[in-house]
Amino acid sequence: MNQSGRPPRSRLGSLVLIAAVVGGAAAAFAYTAGWLSPGRLTPERMIAALTPPSGAPLGHRRNHAKGICFTGVFEANGNGVELSRAKVFARGTYPALGRFNLGTADPNAVDATVRVRGLGLQIAVADGEEWRMALINPPVFAVSTPQAFHDLLIASAKKEPEAMKIFIQANPEFVAFAGWAKTAPWTTSYAEEPYHGLNSFIFTNAKGEEHAVRWSLLPTVQPGLVSQAELEKRGPDFLEQEIAERIRTAGPQRWTMVTTVADPGDPTADPSKPWPEGRRTVQVGTLIVQRIEPEQDGPCRDINFDPTVLPQGIRVSDDPFPAARSSVYRRSYDLRAAEAGDYPRTGTVKP
Amino acid sequence: MSNVPHRFAPIQRLLHWLMAACIFAMFFIGVGMVSTVAPTYPPLILTHKTLGVTLLVLVVIRLAVRLHYGAPPLPADLPPAMKLGARLSHLLLYGFMIVMPLLGLGMLWAAAYPVVLYGGIRIPALLPQSDRVHTLLWNAHFYLGFAFFALVLLHLAAGLFHALIRRDGVFGTIALLPSRNRTTPVE
Ligand code: HEM
Ligand code: HEM
Ligand code: HEM
Repeated sequence: MNQSGRPPRSRLGSLVLIAAVVGGAAAAFAYTAGWLSPGRLTPERMIAALTPPSGAPLGHRRNHAKGICFTGVFEANGNGVELSRAKVFARGTYPALGRFNLGTADPNAVDATVRVRGLGLQIAVADGEEWRMALINPPVFAVSTPQAFHDLLIASAKKEPEAMKIFIQANPEFVAFAGWAKTAPWTTSYAEEPYHGLNSFIFTNAKGEEHAVRWSLLPTVQPGLVSQAELEKRGPDFLEQEIAERIRTAGPQRWTMVTTVADPGDPTADPSKPWPEGRRTVQVGTLIVQRIEPEQDGPCRDINFDPTVLPQGIRVSDDPFPAARSSVYRRSYDLRAAEAGDYPRTGTVKP
Repeated sequence: MSNVPHRFAPIQRLLHWLMAACIFAMFFIGVGMVSTVAPTYPPLILTHKTLGVTLLVLVVIRLAVRLHYGAPPLPADLPPAMKLGARLSHLLLYGFMIVMPLLGLGMLWAAAYPVVLYGGIRIPALLPQSDRVHTLLWNAHFYLGFAFFALVLLHLAAGLFHALIRRDGVFGTIALLPSRNRTTPVE
């Protein structure tokens, strides 16, 4: 060994070099993992901000924790083809699976205490492709950025009344959502709610043309409006009982899927900003909910309605929310799957 | 000893360094993506999945090539304990290279996520949804990921030890380009 013509480098020098290379790689790794940057907004910090003081809802979703499964179909009318080449828009019927839910971290929340109602949906497109989404009933999102959403969670959990004031000063866009939350009427059914995607996505059609769009599921029944107090009188789990009963007696329930196409310059990156009235809309199909099943053993339990699970022909836009949601929902899923023992299945359907 | 190769075959050397670069990228992308909510998250996870599956294909090719060409012997004067350490660690490295992508895929299947790679390539699920299996595979991918990284660092240190301190030609057996000035392989 050591037949090199060069003078041998000092052993110590080489050892230092090796230590520096290995140490440098380890440090770069730690930095990338965020271990050296406690200020980074990680999915863990977002989940911590969602966790109520009483503790995490073990085995349940970390947000929108209360919900009930449904199955049905999505009937595409073919109109979407001009906007997106996604196969799901070709005229036809596609299996759908979803979840009605309440925007709370408490799986046992009283229905009338939760302002935001949501719908998670997965449409199975041809040959294994899927389209997943999670929509809510307010017409605008509460804040402009994922960081602001984190700050909102922190501020609203604080006891000092000043906290929310300071938050609103820093994030004035919150006023529009707060106004909706205060004044919007309460409906008595999941079937009577509109569900809005709020986030912007890019549709690409067969010609390669791109359009920024948002979409909503609009109800096809007239809402029965009540006061919050009246809703409360109907019981803590009224909404789940009602939707099961409604479908049993009145049959499948329908929502029209409407996509709104942005004009150039519309604020696609900010779901707290509605697009101006009069934007082009295209009705692309109908969601038909045919069957309700409790979440505990139901098919929606183990689905993560990650809004970045998209078929070819739909992709994320410059809206920062789908990416943030995807990362946080993944973490939430990992946690609840690991905690499944805290929310045991009744064992009649699946192990 | 005329039949014994003095260096790894060019294809082996190429695969070693190509995969080393990609695996380093996988570690960094892995821990980077799970600790961010930024718009880089979807492209990072897409890259992690695509590169990970590519590495699975590459390791299969690499093993076949390894069986065909074999490996040059370690220096005769290397202490037996070091030889054993080298053999075991290489075996383990191969093990990680096979197991990590399989765990990654399995964990996504068991969570009922569609596995879609660059270009819309879809990998059909070979496992049904299961909380328990997902959690098991998630934990394995997580802990083995760190163990793999630690072993690669050790392997890197050992490689540099051969190259800079022992200067025994071991590094030359895998080096991409032959270096005139360095050592000649074991004679
Ligand atoms: C950065 C902002 C957001 C964060 C951190 C967040 C967080 C979460 C989490 C942790 C879950 C549980 C996921 C699971 O375990 O599967 C969830 C569910 C949900 N989120 Fe969000 N969310 C955000 C923004 C939004 C937006 C913009 C919408 C609607 C437009 C929305 C609608 C929903 C709905 C409907 C569900 C329930 C889905 C289901 O049934 O599984 N979220 N959210
Ligand atoms: C050489 C192969 C691979 C290596 C070295 C590797 C390494 C890693 C590392 C270090 C992490 C971060 C763990 C953490 O800090 O939480 C990670 C996460 C992840 N990897 Fe891999 N990976 C490999 C292959 C794959 C493949 C082939 C897939 C899927 C097709 C995959 C899917 C994932 C997913 C989904 C996560 C996030 C898990 C979660 O937190 O939910 N990986 N990987
Ligand atoms: C992710 C990174 C890496 C992996 C997974 C890896 C894996 C391996 C494996 C499995 C072998 C054994 C080949 C065989 O016997 O078939 C090997 C050999 C070798 N590697 Fe790496 N390697 C990596 C990075 C590196 C780096 C950065 C160096 C730089 C010092 C290095 C230096 C060597 C050397 C000198 C050998 C030859 C050992 C011998 O002759 O037996 N490797 N590597």
